[in-house]
Order: sequence, then C-alpha cells, then structure tokens
Amino acid sequence: MRYLPLTDTDRADMLAAIGVDAIDDLFVDIPADKRVDGALDLPPHRSELGVEQALKRMAMKNVSADSVPFFVGAGAYKHHVPATVDHLIQRSEFLTSYTPYQPEVSQGTLQVLFEFQTQVAELTGMEVANASMYDGSTATAEAVLMANRVTKRRKAVLAGGLHPHYRDVVRTVVDMADDKLVCLEADPLGTEDVIAAIDEETACVVVQTPSFYGHLIDLKPIAEAAHAKGALLVAVFTEVVALAAIEPPGAQGADIVVGEGQSIGNPLTFGGPYVGLFATRQKFLRQMPGRLCGETVDADGQRGFVLTLSTREQHIRRDKATSNICTNSGLCALAFSIHATLLGGAGLTKLAALNHAQAVMLVERLDTVRGVEVLNDTFFNEVTIRVDRNAEGVVDDLAGRGILAGVPVSRLLPKSGHDDLIVLAVTECVSDDDIETLATALSEVL
Amino acid sequence: MMNQNGRPTRPEAANAAETVGTFTGNAALDIEEPLIFEVGTNEATGVDLPDPAPVTSRLGGHARKTAVNLPGLTEPETMRHYVRLSRQNYAIDLGLYPLGSCTMKHNPRLNEKMARVPGFADIHPLQPLATVPGAIELMAELSHWLMEMTGMAAVALSPKAGAHGELCGMMAIKAALKARGETRSKVLVPESAHGTNPATAALLGYSVVSIPARADGTVDVEAVRERLDEDVAAIMLTNPNTCGLFERDIVEMAEAVHAVGAYFYGDGANFNAIMGKVRPGDLGIDAMHINLHKTFSTPHGGGGPGAGPVVLSDKLAAYAPLPYLRMEAGGAVLVEHPSDTEAEAHPFGRMTAFHGQMGMYVRALSYMMSHGEDGLRQAAEDAVLSANYVKARLADVMTVAYPERPSMHEVLFKDDFLDGTGVSTLDFAKAMIDEGFHPMTMYFPLVVHGAMLVEPTESESRASLDLFIATLRDLAMAASNGQVERFKQAPQHAPRRRLDETRAARSPSLRWTPPEPRSIEPAEAAE
Amino acid sequence: MTKRFTEDHEWLDIQGDVATVGITTFAQSQLGDVVFVELPETGAQVAKGKEAAVVESVKAASEVYAPVSGEVVEVNTALPDAPDTVNSDPEGSGWFMKIRFSDEAEVASLMDEAAYKAFVDAL
Repeated sequence: MRYLPLTDTDRADMLAAIGVDAIDDLFVDIPADKRVDGALDLPPHRSELGVEQALKRMAMKNVSADSVPFFVGAGAYKHHVPATVDHLIQRSEFLTSYTPYQPEVSQGTLQVLFEFQTQVAELTGMEVANASMYDGSTATAEAVLMANRVTKRRKAVLAGGLHPHYRDVVRTVVDMADDKLVCLEADPLGTEDVIAAIDEETACVVVQTPSFYGHLIDLKPIAEAAHAKGALLVAVFTEVVALAAIEPPGAQGADIVVGEGQSIGNPLTFGGPYVGLFATRQKFLRQMPGRLCGETVDADGQRGFVLTLSTREQHIRRDKATSNICTNSGLCALAFSIHATLLGGAGLTKLAALNHAQAVMLVERLDTVRGVEVLNDTFFNEVTIRVDRNAEGVVDDLAGRGILAGVPVSRLLPKSGHDDLIVLAVTECVSDDDIETLATALSEVL
Repeated sequence: MMNQNGRPTRPEAANAAETVGTFTGNAALDIEEPLIFEVGTNEATGVDLPDPAPVTSRLGGHARKTAVNLPGLTEPETMRHYVRLSRQNYAIDLGLYPLGSCTMKHNPRLNEKMARVPGFADIHPLQPLATVPGAIELMAELSHWLMEMTGMAAVALSPKAGAHGELCGMMAIKAALKARGETRSKVLVPESAHGTNPATAALLGYSVVSIPARADGTVDVEAVRERLDEDVAAIMLTNPNTCGLFERDIVEMAEAVHAVGAYFYGDGANFNAIMGKVRPGDLGIDAMHINLHKTFSTPHGGGGPGAGPVVLSDKLAAYAPLPYLRMEAGGAVLVEHPSDTEAEAHPFGRMTAFHGQMGMYVRALSYMMSHGEDGLRQAAEDAVLSANYVKARLADVMTVAYPERPSMHEVLFKDDFLDGTGVSTLDFAKAMIDEGFHPMTMYFPLVVHGAMLVEPTESESRASLDLFIATLRDLAMAASNGQVERFKQAPQHAPRRRLDETRAARSPSLRWTPPEPRSIEPAEAAE
Repeated sequence: MTKRFTEDHEWLDIQGDVATVGITTFAQSQLGDVVFVELPETGAQVAKGKEAAVVESVKAASEVYAPVSGEVVEVNTALPDAPDTVNSDPEGSGWFMKIRFSDEAEVASLMDEAAYKAFVDAL
C-alpha cells in the first residue's frame, strides 16, 4: 500500500520489540465478540490511476460553472481565483501543518492569521476580527449567541432579508439552547420594517446587506433603534466583494459583523469548505468565539505572533467556553488573505465595480424581456426577478438549454408562495454574451 | 487539544547571543518577512481586471464613502511573501508530527488533485440537482463507506468539523428525547475528554457531570452506573480515549446508559486506531462524529477546514439534520426541506447553509478508495503498532502513564521522569523543536501530571520512528544528567525563540495598526 | 482585623461587617501570570459559594467564588487595568472586592492563617 511505509519485516521486528506475538495482541482490550470478523462490504485497495478514473467519472456527470453561462449565487459566488492562490495554499508548510499551538515553529500560519484578522476588520469597518469560523451561516449563529451573552438577553430578531438557510441554522442552535427567536416574513421587495420588531427584550437584530434578494439595506437607522433599546445590530453579508462597494457595516453602527468569505480566494466546491468571517467591537472582545492571533515578542525581543485570549475557548474553559469551535477554516482563510493581497484596495474596488457594472447590464437587459420583472431598486451584484410562470420550471428549462440561470426562491422557501421568484447573481465571470444568451432564452421560455 | 495549565507563559531572559548577526537579520534560507501592511500599498495589485462598463450605479445612497484600505502586492511580491512565511512552519511533509489525538498522518496529493477537478470544485450548492448527479453519487458513496466502517444506520454529512459534529450528534439526541416527551438535564463526560465535549453539552443547556478515571486510565462501568439516572441525556465518551487506551467496559457502559433511556455519544477523534478492527455500532454507540481531517487524511491546513460527519444508530437516524440523502432504487436523493421528508423522518434542523464540506468528502473518499478495506485495517494496525513500539522503546527512560494496558494509536507519558531535573514537560517539548521534531501534545489530557501524548501515526517508516525514539532517549538522558540549559533555552534554532504569551494576553494586539504619525512640529533648534 | 481563608484559596480581611477579598499568594503562583480580572459591580448581591469574579492567566481561567454572602460595597477598580498586581501583591493591593456580609457564622466557619497554611502544605 503506497501510503504505508512499514514492511512486513519491520512489523515483525517491532512486534518482537514490544514483546507480543501478533498484532491482535495489541487489540485485546476490544471485546473479542465485537471485533470485525472477516471483511467489510467495501472494495480492496486501488491504484492511484484506478481511484482517479473512478472519481473523475463521477465529476464528469456534473455541470461545472465554467462550462455554461452561470448566474447562480444566493450565498456562494463564482469568482475567478488567481493561480497564485491555489499554488500557495498547497505549499506543504501551510497545507500539512496543524493549528499553530507551537508558535516557535508556526510563525508562518500565525502571521497570516494576524494579517487576515486585520484585513477582515478593515473590510467590515470593525475593530477586531477572529481567525475565522466554518462559514457565514455558522458565524451568524455564533453572533446571535454572543449577542445573548453581551446583553444578557435571550431573544434575537431575524430580518426577512436574511438568507433562509442562515435563518434555519440560527434557529436550530437557538431552539436547542431554548432561547427565543423572532423570524420576520421573507422580504423579496426589500421594504420590511425591522425596527418595529425590536423591543426591550431583544438581544440583537440580524440584518443582511446586500439582502438575500439583493437589496441594499440602510443599517444606520436600524443600529440606532437597536441601541436605543439596549440591543445589538448583527450585520450579515454573503457576498464579501460587496463590502468594497458599499458603506461597511461597521461605519453604519453594526456591533457584530459576520459573513461568508468564500468569494475571495475560494472555489464553489458545492457548498464547502468556506470561510466564516467574524468581526466586532474591541469592547466585546472577550465574548467573541473562535481563535484569535495576537502580536508579541520572543525571548530575543523579536516580533512574533501567538494564539491568544484562549481562556475563552473550549480547550481551557470547557463547559464555560464562548463556543465549542476548535478546528476552523484556516486554509480557506489563507486563500482569502492571499487573494485579498493580490487584489489590494484598488484591485478589490475595481473588482467590485466590475461586478456591479455587469449586474447593471443584466438588469437593463432583463427590463426589456417580457414576463420578467426586476424587484430591486438597489443592488450590488445580485437581484431578484419575478417571472410569469413557475420559477423552478423556468430554471430547469434553462438548465436544459445549458444555462444555469439562478436560484428559484422556492428551492430555499418551498410552499412560501414565492414560487415565481428567481435570485440571480452576476460576477466578473459573466460575459456580455452570457447576459444576452440568458435574456434571449428567458424571452423564449416565458 | 493542548491545554497547558500552569506552564510558564513568559520566556526567561535569553542568553546574550554569541553568534555574529547579519546585516539583514536573515540567516541564509531563513528570511525575515514584514507584514503585508508594511510593504504593500493600496494601489499595488497582482490582478489585472478589465475596466468596468460605464453604467449608472444602482448602489443608491449606499456607496462606500471611504477607500478600501487594504495593502496590495504584485504577483511576484505576493509569491515571495507567502513562500517566505510558509518556511516558518513545521509540517507533516517535513517530519514526524506526533501530536496526540490530532492524527497528523500523510496527506496524499491525489486527494488534492481530485478535489480540484472542475466537476467537484466548480459546482454550486444551489444549481439544479439534475446538473450535479455525480456530486450526489460521491456523497452517497462516502456515506456507504462511513456507515459500513462504523456499523451505523445513517450518516449526517453536513457538520463542518469535529466540534460541529458533536453539536449535531447531541442535537439529534436532544431531539429524540424531546420526541419522547422528555427533557433531561445532565450529560456525563469523563475527565479525560476533549474540551469540545463539555463545551458542546453546555451549548445545549446540559449540565456536565464529570466521571473520574480509574487507576489504569480508563472509565470504570461502575463509575458510570453510579452517576446514571433518568435525568441523564447522554454520555460522551472517546474510544480509544485520550490516554490512548481502549475503554474495555464500553459494551457494559452502553447497556447501562440505554437501560436508563439515555444515549451513547462516541467522540470519533481517535477512530484511526480501530478502523476495520471494530465497529462503533456493534459496541452500542448511538452517534459518533468522524474527523475526516484526522482519520481520513484531509489536510489540517494550519487549523482547518475539517469535516465532521456524524454516523447515527437506527434510534437516532430519523432526527438527522437537513439536508440528508435518501437512498432510492434509482440512486440517492438529496432531501433539503422538512416538507420533502417522509413521515418517519423528523430532522432537527440545519447545521450549515449548504451541504457540508464537499471538498473534504472528495479527499476522504479518494483516501478510502486508495486504501481499500484491507488498507484501512492495515493503517489502523500500523498506527497501533508504531505507538506501542515507541512506548516499548522509551519505557525505561520516560514514564509511561498507564503501563498496564496496551496502547492503541497513541501513548501517554507523564513527567515523573523529569522530577528533580529542573526540566518541565514544556521545556522537554521545546527541546524537541531544536531536534527537528514537532512537540507532542502537552498537558493534555488533564488526568496525569505534565502529560505528553505521542501519536506517531501509520505514516512513519521504521527509520523515522527509530530516529524519533533515539532523540527522545537522548533528551531524557540529558535532562537526568543536568543539562538544563539545553532545555531552558530551547528552542534556539527555530524561526523564533519562546514567545511572550503573557504580554500578548495582557495587552492584546490583534490587528496591525499604522505607526503613530511622526510629529510635524518643527524640531527644537539644536543647542 | 482578622484574616480568614477558604479552600478555594481566597483570603478575607475582616473589618467590622466588611470583608476585603482577594486570592492568596499560593493561588496566584498556581495560576501563573494573571492577564485578566473581571469584577462584580458595586452593589451586587453575592451568595457564598457562587461565582463573584473571574481571574485568568494565559492558560487557565478560574472563578472566584464569594467566600461569604452579602453586598459588594467596593471593587478594586485599578485591577482590570493592572492585572499583574494579583501576582506582585496578591494579599495587598491585588485585592478584588469588599463584601458587607450578612451572616457572621459564614465568617466564623472559615480557616485562620495557621489552618490555611496546613491546608496548603497538605496539597
């Protein structure tokens, strides 16, 4: 077996050195009648070529984003990732290292985390960010739990513009902790009144901008209303590139900013692994979940970095920890950080402008298609359209024509009455021809 | 993993350096690298983008009022920045990485190659299911391997890491109890458990009842029985446990737990030791997460991403979260909504926005298929053999914590052999760094003093194991011979000496901030 | 002035019906470098044996339990900004809080200096 260095001679010698006759003498503590007797219903080992062929046969059955006009977003976005990013994250020293608990031999990872934290704090307009969460949805759930700790209240209000699956993830955690939750109705028009739902029991109000339906939300009045009632504003984003185009949530008064970082540096990969971003105010630092990297010096006085404030975490605080998270999204955070460095402020701003421009072009073209109504006044790179027949049918028909035309809202909210809505995303990967192809096809199926 | 209670967190004053410094501060191949904020500029970029079409903005009044303040670098500068940083990390690809309970095994590059095939890497979780049958097929195939290896009825694939899997499994248990009309308040956790176990139980509102270990390092079924009553929701047990021992009373424990209507949660962090040897389902376990990044070789990546699928017994299968796979005659179907579930399914909710860690599923399945049923069993046997070999060869110079029982895939030492030497577990571990090894897990588990938990894994050759053993023997001898400075000053050859963790925690600096601008007041006239 | 000690390694300096509370020299040596202290609010009611404050080193976090029941009448506001005082002067300027206790008997049940020394020596 190509991954196992020991030879049969080695094994025999080692058993002798241990002083046992057979390998099963080392497994004697497993109850004899419970041990696997004979082979399991699984195939034997296979060559590298054999495995590659078998897996590629599965992969070939899938329609990849690059191969078709592609408008699918709704929480995960098809962006171009520079070759440099994927090369660097495959460096052995990044790919095959553990969590940097031994700082003397982990400065590479630690410095990256320090840089990542700074980048995330800057983009979100916040003071501090952690070293990543699993993804945007779990980061949102953690933000709600954190707001409960900070305010010592137990009720969260979720705006109707929040990604429906994020809402489900929050609800799952909150229900299990027996906390309270108010979920506002789905808000495809971007007109909901979140402020009316905030009261003296509210720990936090959770608002996504751009919303799931693509609307840009003014967070300032919501933040002011929340603060007036002693509640926190948790701002959520699923498209991090938007933060280069719109006023950062931190500048609008958000207390915790969470979201999905996949768009920068990470491929779609059918939903994971992604990278959850989590940022907040300095004053809430000790209630923050997840790992934090901090600057210090070594015994020679040289600058170095360490994981710090670990007393918040499960491996020390155990049942009093701020979260149970341990492994996070280290390598995805690295990919994010490298891509952000390649872009730089100017590059990211241009990327955002490019996304927005392509989206405006799509909207202007769709405005001319009979049977299509664009619901957004404002948007970044994602919009919701109403079509004059069942949206899933439309999306399936277009898929049959080799166009992946967005996400029917009913895919996430079945039986909600929103059966005629499609959320479409446009990134720099969408060409003018793709837009024309989509518009033409839509006019044919509608 | 590495709770390090009581260890010094501030380095002692270093000896004056005897070596001659360089002009740059670099040392040949070891090149110091500043922060991107110190070398990059907002204007510099390593990405060429076309100019956006001239359009009328639809951002409304929401446009950013300030420039995005992020340093950029060109491509060659970016490459050097990260390559130089990478060289300051230890890695499995560099050498033996004996972190107990972390299973730092070889990460095959075939896994990486397969995860990057466009049919896996470039597909969207919400594109029509008819356009991703191969992805569903892969998830079904992985599920089959996991269920067959664990002897369990169902699997929830979506949890994002081990701790997330624990949360998922314990939520399934809470949901099953609720369906029975019960609310129970306690969860039993052995004191040797990973910190994630009590943290998970607490997240769900349970109070944690600790179970002490008996003298041989395992949990006595009697200690469990004493604490069991109708208010106990579950026991959370790692097997093999974090002392590297197989909990041999596990079948009796499961029976006792089930007798009071509670559930048995198995922490699968150490599944590597027993794959193909025994199936958790046959031992009475109701739920267990599997760390694909430990047992099935997906890379640790400097702290993630992981993946923590949870296998479930038939008692809990109906409570698996969304989405899940339903096996039908024509193949697997992805069930995404409660309204699509069959009458007998009662999913407790949703763990994550999409379908879990697909990229890790591909890597893990690539590893499983490469090993095959025979190879996985051999891997478990080699892991156990290597750990016991290390133990046998070090038993006379280091203190084996629990010598009575055979170890499984990892061996636990305590610091008795350092008594009176002036060398601590921490010092001993740091001296290993100078010898080219990553330290073992230290000060965990909490059940012995100065714990050192060594897990060599099955990925080491005989020569590699022998060098490791010889090195630890030499270090143990040096400690007992009074060569204290070799330890206290260690590491001396790493990119950094010991770091001042006290300073980092007392005045946290968690992000780069621009240096204070220099005063623009005219300087006082020189006297 | 009377000094009393608890098995959780807190000291109490009793003056009238007010006890000044801190952690002992032994406790700070076990914790290592203290990096963070969280104190109750003045006016808070605390119950004997319940968490009243938190003290953390880099690798350990420890609750400080109220050694007696009563009202917190003053806290050491200098401590959060200078947690190292807990290491340098644990039984002096590193005090945590002053509690006006409600039950004399609770105080009487605590150890005196000699008993505490014997208790620590036996650990």
